[in-house]
Amino acid sequence: MAIHQKSKSLTSRGNELSSTFYQLEVLNGHEAIEAKFPRFDEKVGNLGFKPLIASGIEIFQINIGKLCNQTCSHCHVDAGPDRKEEQMSRTDLEKCLAIIAATPTINTVDITGGAPEMNANFRWFVEEVSKMGKKVINRCNLTIIVANHKYLDLPEFFAKHNVNVVSSLPYYSKNRTDAQRGDGVFEDSIKALQMLNAVGYGKEGTGLELDLVYNPTGAFLPGSQVSLEGQFKSQLKRRYDVEFNNLFCITNLPISRFLEYLLESNNYEEYMQQLVDAFNPTTVNGLMCRNTISVSWDGYLYDCDFNQMLDLKVDAENSRHLDDFDLESLNNRTIILNQHCYGCTAGAGSSCGGSIE
Amino acid sequence: MSKDKEYYFNKNDLKQFGNITEFQEQMGKDYFKWYGNVMAEGALTKREKALIALAVAHAIQCPYCIDAYSSDCLSQGSDEEQMMEAVHVAAAIKAGTTLVYGVQMMNHVKEKSM
Repeated sequence: MAIHQKSKSLTSRGNELSSTFYQLEVLNGHEAIEAKFPRFDEKVGNLGFKPLIASGIEIFQINIGKLCNQTCSHCHVDAGPDRKEEQMSRTDLEKCLAIIAATPTINTVDITGGAPEMNANFRWFVEEVSKMGKKVINRCNLTIIVANHKYLDLPEFFAKHNVNVVSSLPYYSKNRTDAQRGDGVFEDSIKALQMLNAVGYGKEGTGLELDLVYNPTGAFLPGSQVSLEGQFKSQLKRRYDVEFNNLFCITNLPISRFLEYLLESNNYEEYMQQLVDAFNPTTVNGLMCRNTISVSWDGYLYDCDFNQMLDLKVDAENSRHLDDFDLESLNNRTIILNQHCYGCTAGAGSSCGGSIE
Repeated sequence: MSKDKEYYFNKNDLKQFGNITEFQEQMGKDYFKWYGNVMAEGALTKREKALIALAVAHAIQCPYCIDAYSSDCLSQGSDEEQMMEAVHVAAAIKAGTTLVYGVQMMNHVKEKSM
């Protein structure tokens, strides 16, 4: 079934929120006097965490392109079918391979997008990383598998290279899923999950890991990951005979298209207040930015995918691009904090691997 | 307190709920601790407890509680259909308690009638 997109990217619409400068102005108040929420860096600093220092690099996360077959209403990347230009080149992917090979502390290569599979060099890159014996995560939107005949063999390809498939599915019913991700997405996602199950993904004893990501479908925070995982497992099995390994709850951060939704629905202030009220200091040490480096399609380095989307490059003056990658500088860098970071410290915490606690 | 207070229910009052400790600190603290334990995952899941709370909120017609537990139900993974069914359960029980008084009315009528 063809997916009916809810919208176009902020960029193609010329929306002012496509400017990272404007987004940061909204988050911080256009004038200092307008800032309604306590500054995140001060809140963390008052607890003795400032400066928040990286703990090394274990996860090498690469956003290999913003091109996607979906235009989800909460997308922090502002990805979509119209983002054709922003694709990581083979040359930069080769630089990534060299860095990964030369950095023994990197145990996981986390590939994201957009739909990463739409990058022409995706399969070659996965094969090369796989040869190194590193764990490969691919953040797959599911529907890409059935979007075109050339992707239909992706489940077999993933299985051959033991790729950990991590896929978004905001709910186990059509209305909630399609409201966030586009009409027709739920049906195609279920087909894709069944195809992944058919090659062994999510099945006990195969070692092929299939994890789902739950993003709330509105201006509310995710509940208990354990409880939601139980519901998803029982409902998906009963309704569609679908199995998976883990459910990761990820809080929507107030940036990009989710920020647009919050502002347009008049939920921004209440949502920010929820994040601030739910600040949990015990999540700070486990924040993903401390053991991750995030690489953009054009080779720049960031503390996390969210900082990347706000163009907040790493605080390592001589190592802000693949061309200047300096492990020592990056290992001891100070993490760049801003108001969106409240999203990762709310409640049980949030990371690309789900709850922190 | 606002001089121009013109209504009893103010949405922003919900955010001040924690301040009830201002007038009776220990009892307030005891309540919030007990509340936290009650609503934690137990023999019932947090999701089931949120649905019960939503139903009760409607039965006692508390606008604060309706907002709070509608959000909580969403967070805990309930969908619109499940939430509305919970409201129907509350309504059905309330309707039943009205109708069951009909038995008293019938008994009285039968006592007084030839």
